[in-house]
Amino acid sequence: MFQPRSIQSSLNFRDKLFSIDYVLVFSILILGIVSMFAMYSTDGGEFKYHTESHIIRFFVFFIMFFILSFVQIRFWHNTSYLIYIIFLILLIGVKYFGLTSSGSQRWLNFYFMNLQPSELMKIGLILFLAKYYHRISIENVNRLKFLFLPVFVLVTPVLLVVMQPDLGTSILIAAGGLVVAWLAGVRVKFFAYSMLIFIALLPIAISFLKPYQKVRILTFLNPEKDPLGAGYQIIQSKIAIGSGGLFGKGFLNGSQSYLDYLPEKHTDFIFTLFSEEFGFFGSIFILLLYGLIISRIVRIGNMTRSNFGKLYCYSFATAFFIYVVVNMGMVLGLLPIVGSPLPIMSYGGSSMMAIMLGLGIAMSCKIYKDMPVN
Amino acid sequence: MFSSGSGNTVIKSKLISRRMFLLSISKAIVVVGVLGRLISLQINESSKYKTLSDKNRFREWKLAPERGIIKDYFNEEMASNKQVYQIHLIPENTQSIEEIFFRLKTILNISDKKIFSLKKKIAKQKPWEPIIISDNLNWSEFSRINLFLHELQGIEPIVSVARMYKDHSSAHALGYVSQVSAKDLKNKKYLKDMSVPGMAVGKTGLERRLDQEIIGEVGFQRYEVNAFGKRIKQIKVDPGKAGKSFRTTLDLEVQRYVTEILADKAASVCVMDIYNGDVVSLVSSPSYDPNAFVHGIDEAYWKSLISNDRKPLINKAVSGLYPPGSTIKILVALSALENKIIRPLDTVRCKGKIELFGEKFHCWKKKGHGIMNMRTGIKRSCDVYFYEVARRLGVDRLSETAKKFGLGKRVLQDFSEERSGVVPNTSWKKKYIGQNWYLGETLHSGIGQGYFQSTPIQLCLMTAQVANGGFEIKPRILFDKKKNNLKEYLKFKNENPGQPLTADLLVSNFDLKPLFKNQENIKIIKDSMYASSNEPGGTSYRSRLEDKRFIFAGKTGSSQIKRFTEEQREAEVKQEQLKYENRDHALFIAFAPVSDPKYAISVVVEHGGTGSKSAAPIAKKVIKKVLERHSLRQSINNLPGDSI
Repeated sequence: MFQPRSIQSSLNFRDKLFSIDYVLVFSILILGIVSMFAMYSTDGGEFKYHTESHIIRFFVFFIMFFILSFVQIRFWHNTSYLIYIIFLILLIGVKYFGLTSSGSQRWLNFYFMNLQPSELMKIGLILFLAKYYHRISIENVNRLKFLFLPVFVLVTPVLLVVMQPDLGTSILIAAGGLVVAWLAGVRVKFFAYSMLIFIALLPIAISFLKPYQKVRILTFLNPEKDPLGAGYQIIQSKIAIGSGGLFGKGFLNGSQSYLDYLPEKHTDFIFTLFSEEFGFFGSIFILLLYGLIISRIVRIGNMTRSNFGKLYCYSFATAFFIYVVVNMGMVLGLLPIVGSPLPIMSYGGSSMMAIMLGLGIAMSCKIYKDMPVN
Repeated sequence: MFSSGSGNTVIKSKLISRRMFLLSISKAIVVVGVLGRLISLQINESSKYKTLSDKNRFREWKLAPERGIIKDYFNEEMASNKQVYQIHLIPENTQSIEEIFFRLKTILNISDKKIFSLKKKIAKQKPWEPIIISDNLNWSEFSRINLFLHELQGIEPIVSVARMYKDHSSAHALGYVSQVSAKDLKNKKYLKDMSVPGMAVGKTGLERRLDQEIIGEVGFQRYEVNAFGKRIKQIKVDPGKAGKSFRTTLDLEVQRYVTEILADKAASVCVMDIYNGDVVSLVSSPSYDPNAFVHGIDEAYWKSLISNDRKPLINKAVSGLYPPGSTIKILVALSALENKIIRPLDTVRCKGKIELFGEKFHCWKKKGHGIMNMRTGIKRSCDVYFYEVARRLGVDRLSETAKKFGLGKRVLQDFSEERSGVVPNTSWKKKYIGQNWYLGETLHSGIGQGYFQSTPIQLCLMTAQVANGGFEIKPRILFDKKKNNLKEYLKFKNENPGQPLTADLLVSNFDLKPLFKNQENIKIIKDSMYASSNEPGGTSYRSRLEDKRFIFAGKTGSSQIKRFTEEQREAEVKQEQLKYENRDHALFIAFAPVSDPKYAISVVVEHGGTGSKSAAPIAKKVIKKVLERHSLRQSINNLPGDSI
């Protein structure tokens, strides 16, 4: 029982390299390469700004992921609260120093990139709660006084992001936090209560929604009502995906996207573009890649000995799953258009950074799977 | 503590795994949902979305087809097309609509009113749909636009074709075309999917009648467009199909000549081939410029047309209704003969008036004509003679004959504006007026007054059917090779020179339907008409043609607008002394040449006074002209290219 620990603490670099989950690494790499082709297609088959910066970002953050993988799991555990607090401070900073674009204040200007702290908070919250539930004893999980802190750390960033306003990201942040709480054993009734409270507060929340957000929700309910207005994105996305058929229109032949019928094709609707050009089989390929990535993270969770690692990996895998499913549900017309990127595929530095950070921590769980965290 | 902590850790780990398992099940369900959606979109409904995607991708711009040409009998173009210079504006390609209009105003002559209506139109349509700024520029304007084109983003100079009418002579027969109206789109089914900017449709006359065939098929240019409607590349062009061309039976030369003679009189002339019903001339006067309607008529001209009391827009030849006046007398006489009411040599004494049923009936000649028989009665157009004949005949028998000879129903089915007129009888009056017939009204009917209403084309048909020996003909204005009885008739004539055509032959060989019981009666009428035009004392003797080739036989008529008062009658007021709108309409019908009749003519001059003074002289000139061109008309018919 104590044997592996001593082995773990005395791992040399070669051992660490061997214990890396290469299936996961290659899945990520393949997804990254696929995303580059997709981005190349959004640029109309030319090597333009989006493609270029997407490739650079992917490789920069991929290397970052690789390096972070070697950071000991103990470090992540110990700094979880700190990381959360830093991200929270950045999020508060957005409120005062943030850049505004298309009516939403989301970004902080660092000279090398515009950072979107809300994306990082997706990971920060999972980290925080994983540590929190790792530390408290199982008896205390469902005690009311131990619920206050999780609720507080979840609601604070979510509210900050809602006010930016960025409905999509705030939902995804909340989803990640709720998953950790669920996995830690918080009783169903607490979820039910909070759901009731949420519904009770909904009218007040709606009054805070911007008109365009209200329209989006209404649009989701009936997109054909106003085909040239708010429902346009959903309809055009469905047309693009549907017209792709079994085999797709072929690389660089997605008429919906290169004739600009697809909105936000670089970011939220990148899957639509891919699906239009590569058809049903292409879509299945992407789904399988994501499935592989998620299952590898779950597998790491299964292998890792610490509950912190387990909580983190399971939660991150589930959150990752939610990001993918929400994005696809959105472009397939199953969910309202709330604005959520597809991990790794979508254009966007902060999202890429957050996902790679998350993956790095998961990989660290793999390498140091037998290391105790405290 | 450590071990309990460890135990706690294990329990916790188990809890986490259990809960993760539950999560995984729900994930699987979600994945099935996403997969199901993908299958439904990309496999089941793929074809629907492919169609939608193509609908997005391609946009078609329709091209107005070239209208078919309308030609006269000699293949001379009456309504053709000319090249026009247009400028179109594609709103989305402009930087500022205001600026474009400002610039255009400095280059072209566009009114603020026009600009206002154009802007309203632009606001209504999609920004990529072209709008016609000006559809008929002259060359200097067009070249000026081209010179400044680099500063006029969004403006496209277009060379197109539009309707052109050679002259005004056939404006009423041909009608005119104008821009498609909302009403047209609603009423004319063939215009569905044909709404193209600049498309013109026939509004009246033959243009309207032939519209469906003459309009052609709309072409299109298919472009691939992006989401903003910008044309990316042209995929396909279909130039459409020019409309079918038509050959009419009209003679443009005669049309022009007649128009010239009529000048600005309110009048109409119809000339018809008495054997095959070909309408050689159909002129209504005063005329108007049909070209003015093609590009939207200007307001001042429109106002001048509708305020003109001689009604230039009305096709008087087919829709002008006039009491036939004394021209009906040939049918009254014929009906009486056919029904054996009277013999040709039975006489009636005319003392200028008769008193019947407690009412005075006047002859146009106050002193009276003395003793009249049928020939002299027609020749001198004695009213008293026909009062007596009509009294004996009765109105119902008269109306039967009149209807048989073409009155009371539409002659050419080609004109939607054609009217059917009225042939009164006892049951008609009961039905439409709700009163019993008075015997006095029979006498008025006997001289073509009272309820009688006829169109000039009906009078022409009536004359033609008398002139051809009493056979039914079906008048036509569109050339028709198949039913060209004239061709066979001429062939027969050539093979049997000098031999008159017998009735039996006309029936059996040329599928003609006799309208008479006894053809001798028709001959008597024709002879009386000869007398009327060619014997001293005949009402149109002064307008006779003495050249043997041109001698015609006719009948004058005048239809009363306002009854003379006793005072006027006593004072022998002449028509010229009356106010224009109170003067009688002058009518004249004739056929020519007498020796071998070929054509029938009707002339109506509104408020022209008497037929002999104002209508017959016109007929005289027209008959000469038509007969002069007869051999030419014959020869063109034998040309091999006559099927055009």
